[in-house]
Amino acid sequence: MPLRPLAVGAATLLLAAGGLVLLLAATGHDAAGALSALWAGAAGSRYALLSATLVRATPLILAGLAVAIAFRAGILNVGAEGQLLAGGAAATAVGLAGAPILGILAAPAALIAGVAAGAAWAGIAALLRRRFGVLEVISTIMLNFVALHAAGWLVRGPLQEPQRIYPQSPSLPDAARLPILVPESRLHVGFALAVLAGVALWALLRFTAAGFRLRAAGLNPAAAASAGLIAVPAVTTGAFLLSGALAGLAGAVEVTGVTYALYENLSPGYGYTAIAVALLARLHPLSVVVAGIGFGALEAGAGAMQRDAGVPAVVVTVVEALLILLVLAADRLRDVRPAAPARERAA
Amino acid sequence: MSDALAAFLEATVRTATPLALAALGESVTERAGVINIGLEGAIMAGAFGALVGAGLAPGAGGALLGFAVGALAGLLAAALFAAFAVGLRADQIITGTAVTLASLGLTGTLYRTLYGETGAALTLPTTPPAPIPGLSAIPLLGRALFAQPPATYLLYLLVPALAWWSSRTHAGLALRAVGERPDAAVAAGIRPRRVQLAATLFGGALGGLAGATLVLAQAGTFAEGMSAGRGFIAIAIVVLGRWHPVGVAAAALLFGAASALQYLFQAMGWQLPYQLFLALPYLLTLVVLASVSGRAAAPAALGQR
Repeated sequence: MPLRPLAVGAATLLLAAGGLVLLLAATGHDAAGALSALWAGAAGSRYALLSATLVRATPLILAGLAVAIAFRAGILNVGAEGQLLAGGAAATAVGLAGAPILGILAAPAALIAGVAAGAAWAGIAALLRRRFGVLEVISTIMLNFVALHAAGWLVRGPLQEPQRIYPQSPSLPDAARLPILVPESRLHVGFALAVLAGVALWALLRFTAAGFRLRAAGLNPAAAASAGLIAVPAVTTGAFLLSGALAGLAGAVEVTGVTYALYENLSPGYGYTAIAVALLARLHPLSVVVAGIGFGALEAGAGAMQRDAGVPAVVVTVVEALLILLVLAADRLRDVRPAAPARERAA
Repeated sequence: MSDALAAFLEATVRTATPLALAALGESVTERAGVINIGLEGAIMAGAFGALVGAGLAPGAGGALLGFAVGALAGLLAAALFAAFAVGLRADQIITGTAVTLASLGLTGTLYRTLYGETGAALTLPTTPPAPIPGLSAIPLLGRALFAQPPATYLLYLLVPALAWWSSRTHAGLALRAVGERPDAAVAAGIRPRRVQLAATLFGGALGGLAGATLVLAQAGTFAEGMSAGRGFIAIAIVVLGRWHPVGVAAAALLFGAASALQYLFQAMGWQLPYQLFLALPYLLTLVVLASVSGRAAAPAALGQR
């Protein structure tokens, strides 16, 4: 993490905070009270830090890594939300079915199922892009809505709890739940997995041939192809699947570590926030971990702000958008949006 | 059976109307070489603008004001997009994503601030269907085409007007030149950035009208996130309609039909999970893009900075 991007990042955060204060003032809220509630909810106590911020950060880091790895390969995967839901649904199904048979292996099996389902959901968009030239920005968004309605069907049909009262799945048995990481908190092992995934991706991009191919395919597909060493379509598809796998893991971890059940609204938009996380981190895996924790704090604080200061929590969405726009203005993302051939495709 | 079919056709045109408005606007934006993914945000802004505008005056005047404020709100969302994508030449796709997020967040925040934490269920004046005497009595198609809210009739004017304008006027040809060969357009004395700005603002205003139609001609109320991906569906409609107003309107009808299919199925007594019908327009978008994308002739400079 070099210094200059860090400085730009800090300046961006300050400007966005200024924007938040302006917005609060303009909508007639007590800005100081709201900000102190935000701080208290994000970092004001051991509970806030471990059980709110870091628990929230976990899916944001994983989904942020999913977006970042795709963007690095020149793929605009904005479908982390749908891939997350697919992963959550598969993890629930496998966790429920596997617990009686697999014992303590049920939780890992649920995670693996989530990874596979996320990759498969992304695979649809990858196939549509490779075979039919469908712009993934559109296809992945459409798949988000399809996943949402599919989850709605699952929790009112095949996966609904036995009493059939609420649209939700049965609660996962203990064997299918992730262990708690820090005693007397809600912080689960998924957070450690997310940080590990960040380090692993960083190592992959930096030290391996596969990582080099991925970056080259993203930076300049034409040059990468003509160099003769890189099968760009294969690399692109691989990166797309890896991205979906990470987002699927985010959903699996959320189900097995936090909610212990599948809901239609499992994600309050983690997949969309992840875009802001990845962009603010400038697509650097280690920075994604940091940015994910930052956004986890923002979202945890937003919840507290709504409870204690009466400020609608959706206000953080505006801050996220502002952050993206500020990053765009800072460097217009010239270095991270290559994919020239994508521009020649229709849509 | 023919009653069910007539109801299906009527619902088709009704649900196609906001999609067609948004897609016509986006087709003009894209003809100038700009792809505005922030259209979703413009629709959402338009829906909120309609809520605010309609609240300012009771009755029909309120509805009219709602459409005006809705169009203005959509234009403002597009202006934010244009400031970055056209002004700064920032990446259009990422800018559009940010504008959509900003619009969803801002409309949600303002809605809850103005109308209470849970967002009270508001009832707004709607523009009721205005049957055209004579024409609406045509069997089967009459009610579908000629007993619709005024927003639908606006389309009957807009489609031919845009078709004529884009192929027969100097400004229309300038627009297309900018989208195809910006450098050649410059040589012809056209200023591409200005054209792109105007085209983007026009697209945003129509997106705003689409959002206002959702509120004032269909739902009669406002809900957070009620645009529900229609902006993205509209972009698929533009591709399917090959950037031509008539094609775009026809493609919008296809998507309206996909949404309205549930009425037909209900009438026939077929039992299917309703989520399938909710997902149908999005699935159709995927199928349509897969079958059309490779062959569609997009403006050559689309999406370039």
